[in-house]
Formats: sequence, C-alpha cells, structure tokens
Amino acid sequence: MPLISRGFRGRQSEGPSDRIPPGQHLVDDFPVLSAGPTPHTPLEEWTFTIEGGAEPASWTWDEFRALPTEEVTTDIHCVTKWSKLDTVWRGVSLDTLLGLVEHDAGYLLAFCDGGYTTNLPLEHVTDGKAWIAYDYGGEPLEPEHGGPARMLVPHLYFWKSAKWIRGFRLQEEDEPGFWESNGYHILGDPWLEQRYWGD
Amino acid sequence: MADERRLDGNAIGGMMLELFGVEMTNATEVCRTCGTADIVARLEVYMDAPGTVVRCAHCKAVLMRVVRSPDRTWVDFSGLGSIELPR
Ligand SMILES: [Zn+2]
Repeated sequence: MPLISRGFRGRQSEGPSDRIPPGQHLVDDFPVLSAGPTPHTPLEEWTFTIEGGAEPASWTWDEFRALPTEEVTTDIHCVTKWSKLDTVWRGVSLDTLLGLVEHDAGYLLAFCDGGYTTNLPLEHVTDGKAWIAYDYGGEPLEPEHGGPARMLVPHLYFWKSAKWIRGFRLQEEDEPGFWESNGYHILGDPWLEQRYWGD
Repeated sequence: MADERRLDGNAIGGMMLELFGVEMTNATEVCRTCGTADIVARLEVYMDAPGTVVRCAHCKAVLMRVVRSPDRTWVDFSGLGSIELPR
C-alpha cells in the first residue's frame, strides 16, 4: 500500500490553502490591533442603537442579550495579512436587527466607543453574512478584542468587523469610515485583495 | 487602566522625518479639538492598527492618520490645528 494515497493527496489540496486568500498567512494566536485606547464602557451604560430608520431603535445590554442569537464558526482575514481559521463566535445576526427596523437604506455606517467608524453595503451584511458578536470561543469577548460587543463580517477584511460597536446609521450613500477615508478600500474583499484605494 | 499598545511620539520620528524632510520629534503641534500645544515626542501613537494613528495626549482626539501601501502613502492631518517645521 503506498504511503501517500491519491485520496490523501486529494484531501490535502482541499486543505487550509484553499481557505487562505491571496497574500495572507495563517496564525494560531489572535493578534490585537487598536487605533486608540481600549474603552471600558460599563454594561449598565452600554446601548446598541440603529439610526436612520423610520423610528430610532435602541437596546440596553440586557435587551440586546435577550434577542435571538446564533453561533458562528468562521475564518477571519486581517488586512495586515494574517488569517485565522475556525474562530467561534456568538452574537445577534444583522438579519435579526434589520428585521426590527423599517428602512429603505442601501448602506450602514457603524459607530463605536472610541470614535471608530466603518461603512458597509447592506447586501454585504444581510442573508447570514454579519453579526454583532459578544462571545468568542465560548467566553465573553475581551475588551482588547472589541468586547463587550463587536461587528463580525468575516467575508470582508477584519477592519470592517468594528470593535466596541455601539450601533450603526442606515444611509442612502456609502460614506467612507475611519480607514476607508484615508487609503483603505471602500469594500475590502480579501479574495479580490481589495486592500487599498484603487485595488 | 494601562494601555500597553500605546507608544509615544518618538515612535513616529522616522516617519515624520520622511514625510516632512526635517527632524520633527521636538516640533510643536496644536490639537484642533482642544487647542493644546505639545511637542510631537509627547503625542500618543498606535502603530499596530492597519495604519499609524497619532492622538492628542490631553483629549485623545485623532491628530494624524497615516496609511502606507507598497507604492503609496495616505496622510490625514485634519486633527491638527497647526504644526511647526524646524528649519
Ligand atoms: Zn486635544
């Protein structure tokens, strides 16, 4: 019996390399990237707000935690070139949140404690593509990784998965956020290597 | 709470020299948000983000954002009221 069967080789070709976008490399740890001091908003003061709909919508931490949740196992890709496979999150789907708000917007601009913003087309955050995540690996999300809650949009570069999110504004126009307004790509698809303006 | 990711303005000495053509770490800048004047060396710098973010040490407002790709550099100094260039 050959040491390496065709079946084994076939499985190898479907291995992690097919899950790593161009220009990325695999990491086992979870690098921390921050553009400012880590906020520590007490949960009793935390709210999540959706602006720009027919009525403003807002949830306290307890109200937000009472919304239906989903567990998500997914690969994540940072524009600083690391990728991490099979990360496990729990949070509230954007489908759930947007289903509670009447609107005719095409885009959102997420806002966060610390002043960070990032923009997303609604077609890239609906149909099971995005969550507001508050658990990572079965534990409450640590502040350095964006806790108490962060955006999770794993099919785009991870700067779109805004840490310390406090809500978003629904908009007709795609308004560039913190990084998108100074060099980074307006969408950021890692499979198309949309890192910078013009990519 | 201590923030171990924060550097001081000496960390951008090389980048500022490249951008302005002169040594800038002792140059005075003014924060547009709170009006505080300080030298570049005392600013707060975050470099592990997708770009370099420089903040006012007093009010934490973003003073400068610099993003570098292999062939381009983007600079946003809109958080600065003024900055002096040594001659
Ligand atoms: Zn200031």
